[in-house]
Amino acid sequence: MKSIKNVTLKTLAVLAGVIVFYACGSSEQKKEETTDSKTLVKEAEEVKAEDNSKGVGKFTHVDVSPTLDKQMADAGKKIYDVKCSACHRLTDEKLVGPGWKNVTKTRTAEWIMNFATNPDEMLDTDAIAQGLLEECLVRMPNQGLSDDDARHVYEFMRENDGVK
Amino acid sequence: MRQSELKTLALLAIAFATTVFSCKPKNVSTTTSGDAAQKVYVAPGKYDEFYNFVSGGFSGQMAVYGIPSGRLFKVIPVFSVDPEKGYGYSEETKPMLNTSHGFVPWDDLHHIALSETDGVHDGRWAFGNGNNTPRIARIDMKTFKTAEILEIPNSAGNHSSPFITENSEYVIAGTRFAVPMPDSDMDVPINTYKDNFKATVSLISVDKESGKMNIAFQILLPGVDFDLARAGKGKSHGWFFVSCYNTERANTLLEVNSTKNDKDFIMAVNWKKAEEYAKAGKGVKKSVNYAHNTYNDNTHSATSVMEKEVLMLDPKDCPDMIYFMPCPKNPHGCDTDPTGEYIVGSGKLAAVIPVFSFTKMLDAIDKKTFEGSYAGIPVLKYDAVLHGEVKKPGLGPLHTEFDANGNAYTSMFVSSEVVKWRISDLQVLDRVPTYYSVGHLSVPGGPTKKPWGKYLIAYNKITKDRYLPTGPELCQSAQLYDISGDKMKLLLDFPTIGEPHYAEAIPADMVSKNSVKFFKIEENKNPYVTMGEKEAKVERKGNEVHVYLTAIRSHLTPDNIEGVKLGDVVYFHVTNLEQDWDVPHGFAVKGANNAELLVMPGETQTLMWKPEKVGVYPIYCTDFCSALHQEMQGYIRISAPGKNVPLTFSTGTNQPKLEEDKF
Repeated sequence: MKSIKNVTLKTLAVLAGVIVFYACGSSEQKKEETTDSKTLVKEAEEVKAEDNSKGVGKFTHVDVSPTLDKQMADAGKKIYDVKCSACHRLTDEKLVGPGWKNVTKTRTAEWIMNFATNPDEMLDTDAIAQGLLEECLVRMPNQGLSDDDARHVYEFMRENDGVK
Repeated sequence: MRQSELKTLALLAIAFATTVFSCKPKNVSTTTSGDAAQKVYVAPGKYDEFYNFVSGGFSGQMAVYGIPSGRLFKVIPVFSVDPEKGYGYSEETKPMLNTSHGFVPWDDLHHIALSETDGVHDGRWAFGNGNNTPRIARIDMKTFKTAEILEIPNSAGNHSSPFITENSEYVIAGTRFAVPMPDSDMDVPINTYKDNFKATVSLISVDKESGKMNIAFQILLPGVDFDLARAGKGKSHGWFFVSCYNTERANTLLEVNSTKNDKDFIMAVNWKKAEEYAKAGKGVKKSVNYAHNTYNDNTHSATSVMEKEVLMLDPKDCPDMIYFMPCPKNPHGCDTDPTGEYIVGSGKLAAVIPVFSFTKMLDAIDKKTFEGSYAGIPVLKYDAVLHGEVKKPGLGPLHTEFDANGNAYTSMFVSSEVVKWRISDLQVLDRVPTYYSVGHLSVPGGPTKKPWGKYLIAYNKITKDRYLPTGPELCQSAQLYDISGDKMKLLLDFPTIGEPHYAEAIPADMVSKNSVKFFKIEENKNPYVTMGEKEAKVERKGNEVHVYLTAIRSHLTPDNIEGVKLGDVVYFHVTNLEQDWDVPHGFAVKGANNAELLVMPGETQTLMWKPEKVGVYPIYCTDFCSALHQEMQGYIRISAPGKNVPLTFSTGTNQPKLEEDKF
């Protein structure tokens, strides 16, 4: 038992109930299910959209230019290929975790970078992160991103969301 | 049979009888104190005070326990294959077990030496010996993996090793079995032992930064059996001491024939002088063949190189390098105290424990107080080098450890007890029973200049009636004693793997703070690494099929592979993409004739598989990794050679159509 150890009993109970039916999986899953999970994401987003949460972690303020830093985005893509792409698509399709399309429009830079570098604490305390866990049922692993790595990946997400 | 032989046999018989009759405890409740449970209780989630690195004996491995709880943390595979970890089965680790005899999947690991700086533990490496096919292994205490294995040429029964000098300059490795040397005729009658058989001691240098070992030189010695050894420290730094038995140089029925002399030897070697002789060209280069295997944490792979030469020093060309000190009788342990002044010999068949003085030894050498010579090597006079004898210590003294307060602790095999005595006046202070037939002892820091003390652990040879029985083979066991007070107190029995021989214990924070949590994927230089799922692929090279496969919670990529033919050799190169602590992924394929892989985060390991039958074979992750671990699975299809199935691979596509989807 590895990543399960931090999951609360309550989550385990939920998990036991839904694990069979929830395939955090391919695009070919049934339409109904997709709708369900989308609704969940939406609910979580609504909670967060109100307070513009920065999440929990060391990032309290990130300077973001209106234009893209191409060099940072390229560095971010390299990290994405090795450490993120196994679970996150660049479209809005959910694989293991949610697709990244429009993530920079619905979450703050701080929230994203805190989640990327501090996933365990976020999953234990942050409402949005917990909502996503209930949907995906796999705790996002700590992939050992440095602060710079996280910033670069964020820039790559912006590029993916159309920032020039 | 001569009269003396009969006498010896009679004595041995009495000794054995004593073992049987003396080993029954009077009453267990009288042997543990009331607060023992509290002293060994490490509450859930709390850490132990010490790591205990324990030899695994005939398991060939090294085990790591917590002290005082006695909890087993890890078995580090060293000389024996370990299917659980894929050690010796993965393509990357197979070279670790290469020797001049080819792949040897087992050995007998007896002794541990932890690296030291200025005579104190530095928490970097643990060394262990392979007795059977002579080798020394170095374990990296950051990764708890075997980092290097060096075969020892001109050696047999590598028992008197590894023992380390106070700045880890050298690891000492001595032979138990004398053998004909490879540069002479090795095919000789066994009964020409006295003429043709030689012993050696090897000095293995340890690189200060990398820890990498090399045989600096060997010393050619008369064909006695070397048993154990210790380097000097403090004032005796620059010397090492080796117990010798079978000075009779018998080659048969040693039980009788090697117990004739009343005294054998402690051999004192001036290694600084030997170093000078080696530098001055006094050695002779010998042609040999031995394996030198190293594991690289960046390529996550071992390489094995065959070395061809070793420098041999012969004492006849190197005066004032070696002296013998007479020691009663068939000495086993040979231990130097924390000051480096006293050398304790433990004659298995002796009624006393002789304690030698380094100062007196130097003086005797200076004044040439010799009683003769043995095979051309001066033998010092017993009385001239003796500090004194511990009288009536018990029966069958074997090994001695030390605390920081001038006390020594000696194990008594035959009378099953530990005896505490004071080095200065050689008075016995206390004795406690062990259950039973104790061998080695370990006091944390006991062999160093700075014993950490507090506990003593006894490693026993016999455990009958101490645990629930498990058939003819009973569990191996250690016992923990509190030595913080005047009286030793038994606290705990705990089972061990293999047969435990020597062990060392080190304060936990010297090791835990350096522990590697995962390997950085960016630094993975394995030629078969898959840097992200995008790179995952299957390639055919003739009849070899290379699967570049990634593992991350909770899927393998690719997980559907087709186009592999019967007759192909499949290499699964599994890269664990995780970058988090405690998330290894396992990998197994049905019917593989080797083992699983256990791939640490950021590592790449390779499983070779020769499918034997046509069919579709499951592959899966073997280490429970996440809520969807049971979903972490896939298939590889093996087709008949003539069948036209193209090589394809995928993950998450190629889904079967359901009947209900068709309209």
